[in-house]
Amino acid sequence: MVNPVFLDDMKIHLPNSAFLGNIDTFIRSFDSSAPTSLNITANDKWISVHPVVLSLIASLGLTIKPENIICQPLMAKSRHYFERMGLFRLLGISSGIQVVAHESAGRFIPLTQINNSGQLTNFIIEMVPLLHLEPSQADPIKYIVSELVRNVFEHSGSKYGAILCAQYYAKSNSIRIGIADAGVGIKRTINQSWPAKTDLEAIKLALIPGITGTTRKEGGTEQNAGAGLFFIKSIAKVNRDFFMVYSGNAMYKLLKTESSKQVRLYANPDKDKHSENEGLPRWQGTVVGVDINLDHKSEFSALLDQIRKAYAEGVKERKRARYKEAKFI
Amino acid sequence: MIEIKFFPKVGVFAENKDIARDIRINELIPPLERGESLTLNFENVTNATQSFIHALISDLIRKFGIEVLDRVFFKSCSENVQKIIKIVVDYMQE
Repeated sequence: MVNPVFLDDMKIHLPNSAFLGNIDTFIRSFDSSAPTSLNITANDKWISVHPVVLSLIASLGLTIKPENIICQPLMAKSRHYFERMGLFRLLGISSGIQVVAHESAGRFIPLTQINNSGQLTNFIIEMVPLLHLEPSQADPIKYIVSELVRNVFEHSGSKYGAILCAQYYAKSNSIRIGIADAGVGIKRTINQSWPAKTDLEAIKLALIPGITGTTRKEGGTEQNAGAGLFFIKSIAKVNRDFFMVYSGNAMYKLLKTESSKQVRLYANPDKDKHSENEGLPRWQGTVVGVDINLDHKSEFSALLDQIRKAYAEGVKERKRARYKEAKFI
Repeated sequence: MIEIKFFPKVGVFAENKDIARDIRINELIPPLERGESLTLNFENVTNATQSFIHALISDLIRKFGIEVLDRVFFKSCSENVQKIIKIVVDYMQE
């Protein structure tokens, strides 16, 4: 069979390695210029990527008709992984890869599309046994998935819902999660109430507790407080892990806190050790990746104490910034 | 005193904000408007998201003032649920 050739299609290359530490290179290489067709190529030897890469590709693929997606036959030894994770099923294309039924499934959540609140509630119940988590390990994971997927429902306007997948990595004893949507992006949502000039500015505003696109009122609306992303960044920080948000042409990435340093939570994302990138290929919606190391035994309740403190400090700082003195002339 | 049990409605993890909104509108606001008191019973609910608790109680504080906490009682909360409630109550008073 001869595949069609699209001269100016979007291009994604599955590299040898793309995890949150080095994901910048993968994102920079993504060509999002022609959103009607997609050409996927891959490293021939070995492909090892963070679940967020799969969620991004699947989310993008859902916006394109399957007949306009070309995927080069994968040659890498690790190609079965992509079949098991359901990438080709979600893209609606055939991979030609046969998976032997008795192969170990490992601990993973394949690519899943979640379109409504009821589906999310069921998914959260079902995902814990898939990842073989103990209750204390499951709490932050359930929390992250619930808040991120509900953000998609409430703010993204995506007709394809949220796309997510997750994988347990034995070597690092960690769970890596990726969630993507092809919605309107953070800037457009934040701009309903806050004057963010750039995508990066909008992402950083969205990370501040109490800032939501739905209102400028302190405390949010009756349905939205604007604290979801701050909680997730805090969970990653307390666990000394990576966390990234990519939306529009910008990415904010929380970097790992060294084990020799004490963890302190900040309401202002500029105060966290992080990297930021602008001028990236435009991602119309929002992509979030997070790592959770299961070695760190910090209790969820202790994390909540720290969040409460940082949240209160953040609100006070904002109040101080708004406070005006009478001018006597 | 009216008691509302959450476990049969949300299970062990209270995260569905749509359910929180429905409970708030249909089961919390009407008795509070009549001047009654409420007990929110979280027995067997081990965890909750801040979004769920926000959707449940922030509008009560806004509508009836912080004094509403003299008429709304939180029963059998796990340590985590207690802490999330405290976070929401804190920032609604700032």
